[in-house]
Amino acid sequence: MFASLLGRMEWHYFWHGWVQFGGQLAMVGGVLTLLAGMTYFKKWGWLWREWLTTQDAKRIGVMYIIVATVMLLRGFGDAIMLKLQQALASGHSDGFLQPDHFQQIFTAHGTIMIFFVAMGLMFGLINLVLPLMLGSRDVAFPLLNSTSFYLYVAGVVLANISLLYGEFGAVGWLAYPPLSELAYSPGPGVDYWLWSIQIAGVGSLLSGINFIVTILRLRAKGMTLMKMPVFAWSVLGSMILVVFAFPILTGTLFMLSLDRTLGMHYFTADLGGNAMMYINLIWAWGHPEVYILILPAFGMFSEIVATMSRKRLFGYKTMVYALMAITVLSYLVWAHHFFTMGAGGNVNAFFGIMTMVIAIPTGVKVFNWLFTMYKGRIEFFTPMWWFMAFATTFVIGGATGVILAVPAIDFQVHNSLFLVAHFHNTIIGGVVFGYFAGFAYWFPKIFGFRLHERLGKAAVSCWVGGFLLTFIPIYILGMMGATRRLDHYDPSLGWQSLFIVSGVGTLLIGLGVVFQIAQLAYSVWKRHELRDTSGDPWDGRTLEWSVPSPAPQYNFARLPVVVARDAWWEAKRGGKAIFSGAYSDFTLPKNSGVGVFIGAFVAMFGFAMIWHIWWLAVLALVGVATTLIRRTYEEETEYVVTADEAKRLDMKSQKAAA
Amino acid sequence: MPKVKAILSKVNIPSLPTISRRTLVLLWVVAGVLFVGLLVVLLRGHSFPLLQTRGEVASRQRDLLIFATVLAVLVLLPVYIMLFGFAWRYRAGHKRTYKPNWDGDSRVEAVWWGVPIIIILVLSVVTWVTSHSLDPFKPLTSTQKPLKIQVIALQWKWLFIYPEENIASVNEVAFPANQPVEFSITSDAPMNSFWIPQLGGQIYAMSGMSTKLNLKADVVGDYRGMSSNISGKGFADMTFTARALSATGYNNWVQHIEHHALGVEHLDMDEYKQLAKPGTSGVKYFHIHDPSIFDTVVAKYMHGMQSTDTDTASEDEDNHTHNVEGHMNTEDM
Amino acid sequence: MKQVIKSTQSVEASPAIFGFWLYLMTDCLVFASLFASFVVLRGQTAGGVGSKEIFSLPFVFLETMVLLVSSLTSGMALLAAQRQKRQHTLMWLTATALLGMLFLGLELYEFSSLVQEGHSWTQSAFLSSYFGLVGTHGIHIAIGLIWLFATMLFIYKRGLTHRLMQRLTMFILFWHFLDIVWVCIFTIVYLIGVI
Repeated sequence: MFASLLGRMEWHYFWHGWVQFGGQLAMVGGVLTLLAGMTYFKKWGWLWREWLTTQDAKRIGVMYIIVATVMLLRGFGDAIMLKLQQALASGHSDGFLQPDHFQQIFTAHGTIMIFFVAMGLMFGLINLVLPLMLGSRDVAFPLLNSTSFYLYVAGVVLANISLLYGEFGAVGWLAYPPLSELAYSPGPGVDYWLWSIQIAGVGSLLSGINFIVTILRLRAKGMTLMKMPVFAWSVLGSMILVVFAFPILTGTLFMLSLDRTLGMHYFTADLGGNAMMYINLIWAWGHPEVYILILPAFGMFSEIVATMSRKRLFGYKTMVYALMAITVLSYLVWAHHFFTMGAGGNVNAFFGIMTMVIAIPTGVKVFNWLFTMYKGRIEFFTPMWWFMAFATTFVIGGATGVILAVPAIDFQVHNSLFLVAHFHNTIIGGVVFGYFAGFAYWFPKIFGFRLHERLGKAAVSCWVGGFLLTFIPIYILGMMGATRRLDHYDPSLGWQSLFIVSGVGTLLIGLGVVFQIAQLAYSVWKRHELRDTSGDPWDGRTLEWSVPSPAPQYNFARLPVVVARDAWWEAKRGGKAIFSGAYSDFTLPKNSGVGVFIGAFVAMFGFAMIWHIWWLAVLALVGVATTLIRRTYEEETEYVVTADEAKRLDMKSQKAAA
Repeated sequence: MPKVKAILSKVNIPSLPTISRRTLVLLWVVAGVLFVGLLVVLLRGHSFPLLQTRGEVASRQRDLLIFATVLAVLVLLPVYIMLFGFAWRYRAGHKRTYKPNWDGDSRVEAVWWGVPIIIILVLSVVTWVTSHSLDPFKPLTSTQKPLKIQVIALQWKWLFIYPEENIASVNEVAFPANQPVEFSITSDAPMNSFWIPQLGGQIYAMSGMSTKLNLKADVVGDYRGMSSNISGKGFADMTFTARALSATGYNNWVQHIEHHALGVEHLDMDEYKQLAKPGTSGVKYFHIHDPSIFDTVVAKYMHGMQSTDTDTASEDEDNHTHNVEGHMNTEDM
Repeated sequence: MKQVIKSTQSVEASPAIFGFWLYLMTDCLVFASLFASFVVLRGQTAGGVGSKEIFSLPFVFLETMVLLVSSLTSGMALLAAQRQKRQHTLMWLTATALLGMLFLGLELYEFSSLVQEGHSWTQSAFLSSYFGLVGTHGIHIAIGLIWLFATMLFIYKRGLTHRLMQRLTMFILFWHFLDIVWVCIFTIVYLIGVI
């Protein structure tokens, strides 16, 4: 009786061997230290009031970035283990990881890096600056925003619990069936994978809706769509992709969970299931996902290059058209991920050509950035260094992408390390460098002081050097016929030396990470010297630089009125002032713990589904429903800031800055 | 706490060295040269199957790879020149023209819409043509009749069946050089991908389906083959040797197996079920009386029929009705 | 100031309703992937029963009618609410709830009789995709009913406040949406399946 209450939980899921034990120990130790520290310094009340229940998009953004950074360290730790294994496991040496464990690590690495690092950083940065940039006080639905964040956290928590209790999928980050079906993966690993990204994915979906409404409904007066900063356009493109692509992920994962939980046959090998349908569906989400991540990075670089070059962005309209073209085209290319399925010449050629067509607007964007620099006065602050790093590496990723898009070539490099090098080239060179640039660029606006420049530049150098050192050997290994996801290989192939060089490159990236942490710590320590008193440290162009740093909770005491693109730059150069007229009353959302509770209940639900604890699942759902119903019919969810109060706050913050 | 602050204020972080722009550029160039030198040393004497091809299909794919790479380099070069040129010339403090409000020029923009469009157009034509001419399902033109080999991906080994010779082998496949080979590929396991890099690649092995790969070796030799798609624990060991033999060499190989040489067993459905159990395997040879194993395995998963009746499935050996399904329809979702 | 704007702003044009439309579109895509899977798998009966053997059109037609009428009554409720008639609103919403529960009951009856005849979702890919698609619609109806009860309770307690009007409008959009999805299910799953 008692056993059935615990579903399929068993003791042995705690112990997997010494390597995992190290990870478990580190995780439990870290969490306990954090909890003890919070208790010792009596910070729980402060944490709850100021952070966990906040509805302020900027603070939610900071929390996203903190969680994503922790997950980046975890995902990077996974990468180092993979590299070490591949550097060691030639011939008779089996390395230090069992095949099953190695496969869990690369599955976790991919899943964590895409869903919990890249998506987390992206939503974090959008939350930090999008409302400010649009001249708005907040996003359209603050509570939904906080709920999305906690759904993301619930996903993160589930993925990490798998390390402590159970196992993770050993099936690759997209878990192709039939391998991911019960017949071949009966354990809880695939379920952990499934539910953690299902929950985080729903959070992303809701964020997508939130940001679309924010962009279309909450822009400053006078900011027509064609006067909107390019970053906002890029977010619009990305979020349109989110609301069109993530439902497919939700549906597909739902079907896979029906297969695994209720014994259905959507994608099984037997009884008529169709695994090819899963592969089609998952990439119908998966390819747009790549553009969901890269478009905001493009937007960030558009802002950074124009600001740092002290010059208007070249070809604004072309940039917008290119962004929208990429948005549409990215839906028409998914089948290039499986030319080797045998769909025939016509289908393959169509998807290959559509893929290449995307290179045209992307190329146009690169040329526009270059000509923004041309005849400018370029200040090489850290964000601009990240741009140089991006421009140097990302174009190689783009070029290898076009090469891979030719189906007849793809037959020879599909699933090889050439492919692995290609997508790391676009994700690290494009997405990661972009987000790091954006972080360094907007950091002063949120925290009120700059990041230390030289430590930042040291980090960029290590990242670029490490990246090239890691992935050029991986491209070459692809040419040597090395396939991905190998936990060992034959020594006669001559791969080991390249794997070692690649591993050294990863360590160099690790040094870059160390520099980033040092930069952050040093900047916090020296924050008074690095203080941004002007609110406009880079001589910026867009509205976020028109308010003091750190930006006040309400963003704008008086809402700005915009007449031109680069409104703040024009206002500084003698154009029309953007703040005029009288102060007026405005409302702000009250703090709410609803997001926290929903996140907790949903995590509980996910855990119950993974371990087949049905009563707990029902209980969790009742919890979600109760929380939602109570909140939905609360009437007083906002408070009013009066005009006088707004004026007083504004004067105070201006005085503090001066 | 104040104590900690007092200690902290005494700590001096060693300041990072200031590096001039020129030194920085020089450092990167030296590091780059050293890296390339290292790669040259490390790579000497190693083989590059994708470039050192030994089969007609692989050679044509390699030529295409080189063509696309050259095109890519043609685009990348001007980008790099402009990127570093502009970065250097227009760094803050320069005395050249500064045009803060210059934000567009339709003629210039037409150039960088135009040039990529032309390049992609060229590549698209090539893509269209080669997607058809190098379709893995398309038989190769040759005066010789293709040798038919059936391939079943198992957990974690490859079973090769020669339906006309009535023999079978595990993790080794032999065929005469210069004669086209038509592989019919299926899976009785999770999805795999069948790949012999030096002869040409690659196609998925999926249960309930029969995909095809047409290859031809130009040179006698042993080539490495593998599964490139993760299929479970033993997947890294799912490699095989593809042996392109001379015509006599191939006949000897077949005879060797046919004449019940040492270690050659009989493969029937019972023995097949033993073989299909998860696990890696060395090279094995079999002779067969029942030529329908491949069809039985395909039919097992087809139309959702979990057929255990081997006799009915063997009837359509000549019809190969299921092969029509080989070309899947990509559902428009 | 903002609050003044709020109450003069029509409920339909508020960002919340716009956002809700976007949500409905995403839910539509979740259903689209389930529909696509059903269409791909409908022939995969694994030697077991197919659409023709198990669907009874008159019964499904009854289900369809029940749901269509509930959509109509929910629309009547919204009209009454816009005229600030609380009693009428509640009356129409009660009718909607009863019809919704009747629909759910009919569907559960259909499911349980299929399972009892040995045609459960584990039997074939066709049956999986059928139960998956229709069941997902059923779960939506169940969620809608819980939402409806909550809305009725609060309208009863507080009257038709601005906030409740907004929630009611959203619910009615949701309910109509489920109706449209059902019409697609009726056509694609049942009608085409039987013909």
